[in-house]
Amino acid sequence: MLEVTRLHVFYGRAHILADVALSVDKGEVVALLGRNGAGKSTTLKSVIGLLRPADGEIRFDGEPIAGQPSHVICRKGIGYVPEERRVFSDLTVLENLEVGRQAPRTGLPSWTTDRLFDLFPNLAELRTRPAGRMSGGEQQMLTIARTLMGNPRAVLLDEPSEGLAPVIVEQMAATITELKRAGLTVLLSEQNLRFATRVADRAYIIEKGRIRYEGTMDALMADESVRSAYLTV
Amino acid sequence: MGFYIVQVLTGLSSAAALFLVASGLSIIFGVTRVVNLAHGSFYMLGAYIAYSLIDLFGRGGLGFWGGIVLAAVAVGMIGAIVEVLILRRVYQAPELFQLVATFGVILVIQDIALLVWGAEDLVGHRAPGLTGAVDIMGTPLPAYDLALIAISPVVLAGLWLLFNRTRWGTLVRAATQDREMVGALGVNQAWLFTGTFFLGSMLAGLGGAVQLPKGGADLLMDFNVIAAAFVVVVVGGMGSIFGAFLAAVLIAELNAFGILVFPEITLVLMFLVMAVVLIFRPWGLLGSPEAPGQKGQQGPPEQPLRPAPVRVQMAGVAVVGFLALLPVVAGPFALVLTVDILIFALFAVSLHFIMGPGGMVSFGHAAYFGGGAYGAALLIHYANSNMESAMALGPVLAAVLALVFGWFCVRLSGVYLAMLTLAFAQVAWSVVFQWNDVTGGDDGLLYIVKSAWADTAQSWVPFYLLTAVLCLSAMLFLRRVLFSPFGYAMRACRDSELRSHAIGINVLEQRWLAFTLSGVAAGVAGSLYVFSKGSAFPDYMSIPLSFDALIMVLLGGVKTLLGPIVGAVTFTWIQDEISRFEYWRFFLGLAIILLVIAFPQGIAGFGRRYLGPWFGIRAEEAQ
Ligand SMILES: Nc1ncnc2c1ncn2[C@@H]1O[C@H](COP(=O)(O)OP(=O)(O)OP(=O)(O)O)[C@@H](O)[C@H]1O
Ligand SMILES: [Mg+2]
Repeated sequence: MLEVTRLHVFYGRAHILADVALSVDKGEVVALLGRNGAGKSTTLKSVIGLLRPADGEIRFDGEPIAGQPSHVICRKGIGYVPEERRVFSDLTVLENLEVGRQAPRTGLPSWTTDRLFDLFPNLAELRTRPAGRMSGGEQQMLTIARTLMGNPRAVLLDEPSEGLAPVIVEQMAATITELKRAGLTVLLSEQNLRFATRVADRAYIIEKGRIRYEGTMDALMADESVRSAYLTV
Repeated sequence: MGFYIVQVLTGLSSAAALFLVASGLSIIFGVTRVVNLAHGSFYMLGAYIAYSLIDLFGRGGLGFWGGIVLAAVAVGMIGAIVEVLILRRVYQAPELFQLVATFGVILVIQDIALLVWGAEDLVGHRAPGLTGAVDIMGTPLPAYDLALIAISPVVLAGLWLLFNRTRWGTLVRAATQDREMVGALGVNQAWLFTGTFFLGSMLAGLGGAVQLPKGGADLLMDFNVIAAAFVVVVVGGMGSIFGAFLAAVLIAELNAFGILVFPEITLVLMFLVMAVVLIFRPWGLLGSPEAPGQKGQQGPPEQPLRPAPVRVQMAGVAVVGFLALLPVVAGPFALVLTVDILIFALFAVSLHFIMGPGGMVSFGHAAYFGGGAYGAALLIHYANSNMESAMALGPVLAAVLALVFGWFCVRLSGVYLAMLTLAFAQVAWSVVFQWNDVTGGDDGLLYIVKSAWADTAQSWVPFYLLTAVLCLSAMLFLRRVLFSPFGYAMRACRDSELRSHAIGINVLEQRWLAFTLSGVAAGVAGSLYVFSKGSAFPDYMSIPLSFDALIMVLLGGVKTLLGPIVGAVTFTWIQDEISRFEYWRFFLGLAIILLVIAFPQGIAGFGRRYLGPWFGIRAEEAQ
């Protein structure tokens, strides 16, 4: 469903991604693992169009999307949940959701605020609270809900578990499993291997802007040498 | 009692136009991060177009109010067209670059207005049914003032509903905080920006149109209102509509009463209010504490400064040789033009010094240029000083102004800093403009004679050589400073205030010194200028001159050291070539707009990319 090949990305003169390739099938949850600064966020930002790749191809449903503006990519059905949350802090929860709202897609059940409040019960109580005055965990839930309002077919989650209390991490894992059950395709970046094992089917490991490993989550868990080479600090 | 009530009401009524213009400016800046200098031009167009429409529709109630509303809509559409045709092409350029394009728009609109409506001031139509006066406890108040008083709250309420009760408004508020994220959520920013420009320009047009019965329409409205609008926006807090309303009322009321107590102060009053507010509330009355200048940073980061490679040094030597030989081959006209170019190059370099490496944008750098000019002129007039000592001591006045103004300015950052510099420059200008006894006011100080050896009635060569030596040395000196520890510390402060502080740099002091040094250099340029022209006028301190310098720096390219020089040469030369035509502003504006679109990284940035490799600047460095 989502296919990245030969992706090269620069920040100014710095060559950040070199020849990155990965693919995600429909309905799959894939984890992109790597240490700090490995290039996970850069990869996701390139897919959603916030960064312009210098070279390479990105296809969504077979259609090339590399280099297009992010709103066009989003409307094709890719949702993006940024690492730094980036909620609109002056806007209320409902208004944040409104910004994310896009027309329903034919043939797919669409997300409504009511459905989202079922999925994230604590948001329901905060409808009119400005997002700037919510806890980190609540904000993380809000960014996911906001992205779902666009009725995406695939979601990019940048480190969904980062900086969350253990009980919230638990909740986040449940949410992702829920999304998978609803038929969504998920590509998430993670440093937290335990979290990734809970939710992902397959994994890629990125290190210094290159893909170093590709395999099922089970295979990765069985391969102690790979994990110690690329993941433990 | 009635008198005071009427005074309060008069203040409220004059707040209307101010609020309308300022709220539009604030909305446009909030979403697009464009400092729209042409906003005053939209205001002016609103007045002119309303004038013509009311003529066309007849002066009945429907014709009058219909004319006003349609004029506002028409101006909104003009704003949208400017956005689509021009600004949309340069959003990716470095921050503030877009304001160069809006400056071009000002010039174009000025000449179009001159062509269509003529140079005569137009007296506005009276509002049907509101031509009389109402009696308030024995004091008359024009009935139309009541209509004006009603307009602001109605517009304020309308804007509130728009921003809080519609999807479009929600998107605009979200984009004000994080426009990139709004795009990633599937919103086409391009149309959001165009819509914002439509709304903001429409408000400016409405402001111009509703004040027509009181103030009429004239060709100076654009610059007259723009400074006031900036003050209102900054005092109210960038992006806060309600703040703009409060600030407009505050300033209009202070004016209404200030004029009773001390009529001369009105020109300065508004700027003093702004200075006071910003010192105590650096983000305005209702603004939020974030530096608006930092979020919109576009384009790749600046390249580290490097000493010039050999070929660049050789090119520099060639330029000096060319300048030295010029008197042999060129006639007096070319020398006069080169003197202007050299002086403005130094002026632009001095501004770039704080704007580029210093990270402090000044919208009022003419204050120091004019400070040097008046410093020298006053010495000649009152101290019988000769040219040499006047030229040497003239910049002291610039230094004093820069020390005083700078002390306040360096405490702010981003657009707030820029606006405060504008405010101070305007205070300085007002003092020079109004202090007739000392400065000669509008008539200026004439007969600033040169010493016999540099007498240009005989030959321009000696004065030309003097200018060349002084300007080149001053520019080289500023360049040396940038490569000294002082220059490193300055850039450190720009890039991270916190970390600079941590390594023991006194950030405020550092910025203050840089600001002052830059002011002195501008003063040197000014004191040369006053002798080259033989007179000093308040124009040397005015907003248009400050904007000229800004345009030179941005047009040349703020991220390169050569940029300001290239910009000054291009701008001064084009202006000289074009100003012989009748509608030269139109063509100058057009030229600026085209340059902006052709060179979004500035002319020097462009040159660096394509000529850089030949000069030994490594290709990958040449962004
Ligand atoms: N705006 C930027 N300008 C220059 N370099 C950047 C920028 N953003 C990131 N980088 C660099 O790009 C590399 C990859 O960064 P990226 O954010 O993709 O890493 P990451 O894997 O998401 O790390 P983290 O786990 O810390 O989020 C890093 O070396 C980083 O220093
Ligand atoms: Mg990251």
